[in-house]
Amino acid sequence: MDFPKDLKYSKEHEWVRLGDDGVAVIGITAFAQDELGDIVFVETPKVGQNLKAGQTFGVAESVKTVSDLYSPVSGEVVEVNTNLLDSPELVNESPFGDGWMIKIKMDDPAELGSLLSSQDYQKLTQKG
Amino acid sequence: MRYIPLSPQDKEKALATIGASSVDQLFADIPEAARMNHPLQIPGPLPEMDLMDWFETAAEKNTHAGPRKTFIGAGAYVHHVPVAVDHLISRTEFFTCYTPYQPEVSQGTLAAIYEFQTYTAALLGMEVANASMYDGPSALAEAVIMACRVTGRDKVVMPDLVHPHWRQVVQTYTQHLGIDIILAPMASDGVCDPEKLAAAMDQRTAAVVVQSPNFFGHVEDMAAINKAREESGALLIGAVAEPMALGLLQGPGASGADICVAEGRSFGGSLGFGGPALGMFAVQNSLARKMPGRLVGKTKDTKGQDGYTLTLSTREQHIRREKATSNICSNQALMATAAAIHISLLGQNGLRETALANLAASHYLAEKMTAIPGVKMAFDQPFFNEFAVTLPMDAQRILGDLASAGYLAGPNLGRWYPEMNNTILLCATEVHSKKNIDALVAMIAKGTV
Repeated sequence: MDFPKDLKYSKEHEWVRLGDDGVAVIGITAFAQDELGDIVFVETPKVGQNLKAGQTFGVAESVKTVSDLYSPVSGEVVEVNTNLLDSPELVNESPFGDGWMIKIKMDDPAELGSLLSSQDYQKLTQKG
Repeated sequence: MRYIPLSPQDKEKALATIGASSVDQLFADIPEAARMNHPLQIPGPLPEMDLMDWFETAAEKNTHAGPRKTFIGAGAYVHHVPVAVDHLISRTEFFTCYTPYQPEVSQGTLAAIYEFQTYTAALLGMEVANASMYDGPSALAEAVIMACRVTGRDKVVMPDLVHPHWRQVVQTYTQHLGIDIILAPMASDGVCDPEKLAAAMDQRTAAVVVQSPNFFGHVEDMAAINKAREESGALLIGAVAEPMALGLLQGPGASGADICVAEGRSFGGSLGFGGPALGMFAVQNSLARKMPGRLVGKTKDTKGQDGYTLTLSTREQHIRREKATSNICSNQALMATAAAIHISLLGQNGLRETALANLAASHYLAEKMTAIPGVKMAFDQPFFNEFAVTLPMDAQRILGDLASAGYLAGPNLGRWYPEMNNTILLCATEVHSKKNIDALVAMIAKGTV
């Protein structure tokens, strides 16, 4: 199982990659997609919506269940991955790449400090 | 599928399995003081003949006008239901108190519901319909709530030409949800004024509701209203209280409605005590995942044969819990089946012919009514099988006289629109012959002198 070192993680199994432009890319982890099973639908928010850290931004629906998606950071949604509409399986195939879900212009990049490191997140998943 | 209640043996086995000694033990948490410790105070059993006699005596207390003397529509329309409908739905596979949705045992039930969905979508001009709701008004309430969920907005514009009871039900459903229902007064025109509707809408408006034919029986200009809502970005909810009109008129979806609801009782239903009713609910495909209710889908089984199963269930309460699109986790399966059978018996041509017969009967009635001195049409608007007519005297009195003579007409619109006292609704459908209509008109004419 992949736990890329350059990412930050939330307890709700989302990952965050902060770019130089202050825009954070957000998706769900390899562990999360594996637990959910085949993803059949991803509901994303509207561009322009403001999210607070911990707020739900959408829903991932798999063949066995449906889960809320929580924003790990606060800010404005500047882009959503429209490819997921027709190809939700991208989340399974490439959770840290083409399966990304939303991009958020962060209000405060320091917020990342409260998220988990790769190592801590990996530990969390092993606790079961 | 037969629904077989618990037998005493089953009960014993169930109790033994969970380790309880009696059913009473399951209620041990309820304090003694809160329990009813005597038998229900109801009369004892009667011999069959006495029982029949009891019910006949009770039934005789009702005013039963019979279909051909009933000229009240106002949301519940009298139609001829082919006898084959009741015969078929009486089959025990359909006639159960519990609808089995499990695909492994219920292909017949699911196929019937799928047919109903297909007819609903076609009639309303929409892309996808659900397995039905309890009735038209609650379907409208669900549509309003759905529109707010989809748009993230909290205002809904509703003309006062939407059936007053439907508006009440919407109010009941939404009053604690932080949704503002904005009543748009349009009654004096008899139809919606698209410009006034547009003026009532803003960036907070989730949807505008338009009933067509409206409560006065008039056909609304859905296409103009669809244009009028564009600027605000509000959704258009089409409501149909008399779907028989769709034998002649396009469904609201053809004019751009996003969500459509209808009261389906006109197909396969009866007017007994106002029920049972049948809610029809359809949306455009892009909104399918936001829709309330059950949905039957068609697929292929492992042998490549057609098969039916519930689909998109993740919207529903048993999976989404508090975030479900609705509390409804059932449908009006028996009435939906009746509607599907009735519509299939009519067929496309039969539906059109029946609708034409409604149009002819109601326009003949209107012509005869306005020939009575002092009686005039309340509006000059296109109507299907119902219209508003103003009487030159106390309408309440004449409606009472008609009822005493075994004829049901009305209601008096003054009940909801105080300025329209002495204006009544009248409805005529395919069940009314020229003779029936002439008899009604003669009685009203006698009452006006």
